[in-house]
Amino acid sequence: MIRTIELKETVTASNDRDAAELRRELTARGLFLVNLTSAPGSGKTTLISRTVSDLIGRVRIGVMEADIASDVDAKKIAALGAASIQLHTDGMCHMDAGMTRAGLAGMPTGDLDVVFLENVGNLICPAEFDTGAHVNVMILSVPEGDDKPLKYPLMFQKSDALVVTKTDAAPYFDFDFAAVTRRARALNPGIAVFPVSAKTGEGMRAWEDWLLAERKRGRHA
Amino acid sequence: MHELGIVKHVIQTLHDVAKEHDVRRIGSVTLEVGEVSGVVTEQLVDCWNYFREKDELVRGAPLYIETVEAVTFCTACEGTYKTVPNGKTCPLCGSTETYLLQGNAFSIKQIEAELNTDPPQNA
Ligand SMILES: Nc1nc2c(ncn2[C@@H]2O[C@H](COP(=O)(O)OP(=O)(O)OP(=O)(O)O)[C@@H](O)[C@H]2O)c(=O)[nH]1
Ligand SMILES: [Mg+2]
Ligand SMILES: [Zn+2]
Repeated sequence: MIRTIELKETVTASNDRDAAELRRELTARGLFLVNLTSAPGSGKTTLISRTVSDLIGRVRIGVMEADIASDVDAKKIAALGAASIQLHTDGMCHMDAGMTRAGLAGMPTGDLDVVFLENVGNLICPAEFDTGAHVNVMILSVPEGDDKPLKYPLMFQKSDALVVTKTDAAPYFDFDFAAVTRRARALNPGIAVFPVSAKTGEGMRAWEDWLLAERKRGRHA
Repeated sequence: MHELGIVKHVIQTLHDVAKEHDVRRIGSVTLEVGEVSGVVTEQLVDCWNYFREKDELVRGAPLYIETVEAVTFCTACEGTYKTVPNGKTCPLCGSTETYLLQGNAFSIKQIEAELNTDPPQNA
C-alpha cells in the first residue's frame, strides 16, 4: 500500500538541525567557530594567515581549509605554526554541518579557542548551508567590484560581517566603499563592514577587535 | 555543482522523515521549487536519477517538481506583480522599494510511501 505524506520540509531542514546542534556543543566547549566565504581568490587564506599571526599569544586559533581537491591552503597555514587541516569536499560546492563536524574531529580542539573554516570559494551554495559556525564572514575583494551585493543577495543577508579586502588595490579599481556599504546594509542592516588590506595590514585591527568581541559575546550567550 | 549538493540534502532529509513516519520505502517525491530559487530543475532531476539508485530508501522513486511563481510586493503602491519579467522595479508605479513575497523557496512538498506497518507488497 502506498500512501501520501505531506511534508512541506525545506531541503536544508536536516542540515539546519545538525548545524544548530553543533553550534550548541561548541558553545558549551568554549570553542568559537568562524565561517569564511567568498568568491575564489578573494583573499580568504591571506586574511586568515594575517589574522593568525596578529593574534598569536592572545587566542589559540586553528584553521580548517575546505577545498574541492587541493591542499595548498592548509600548507600555508601550517607554515605559520597554527593547527590546520585540509578538508576535501569531493566535488561538493559547499561545506555542511556534518562535514564541519567531521573536520573538527580531526583538530586538537581542546587546545584551541577559535577555529576558522575557510569554506569553498563560491557565493551561492555556502549561503544556503549552515555549517554550525557562530559567525559568518563574507569576503569581497576590491577587484570584484562594489556591485556584488546586487548579484548575491542571500550571502549578504546571511553574513554577520563583510570584510572588503585588497584595499591597497583601490587606486587601480573604481571601487565605491560607500556604495558597497549602502547596498550591503539594504540587504542586512546589522552587517559589520571592514575595509582591510591583508598585504599592508591597514584596517586589520578593527576586524580583529570585532572578532574578539564576538567571541566574548558568544561565550556568555 | 550546486544541484548535486541539494539532492544529497534532499535524501538526507528524507531519511529523517522516514524515521519519523516509520516509512519502509519511498515511492515518489514531490518538490516545490520557486522560480527564483536559483535551482536548475533539469540538473536536479539528472542528479536525482543518479543518486536514487545508490539509496535503498528511494531506489527507483521518480522526482516530481512543481514550480512556484515568484511574486514581488511594492511598498510604494502596495501592489503585487510577477517577479520574473519585472525584477526589482514595480511595473505599476516604477518604484524599486519592493520585496519578494514568494518564489525563492525550495521545499519537499510530499512523498508517497509504504510504512513498516503496511503488509509487504510481494508477500
Ligand atoms: N594586493 C593584495 N593582494 C591580496 C590581498 N589579499 C590577498 N591577496 C592576493 O590575492 C590572491 C588570492 O588570495 P588567497 O588568500 O589565496 O585567496 P582565497 O580566497 O583563499 O583563494 P581560494 O582559496 O583559491 O578561493 C593571492 O595572490 C594573494 O596574494 C590584499 O589584501 N592585497
Ligand atoms: Mg584559500
Ligand atoms: Zn509600485
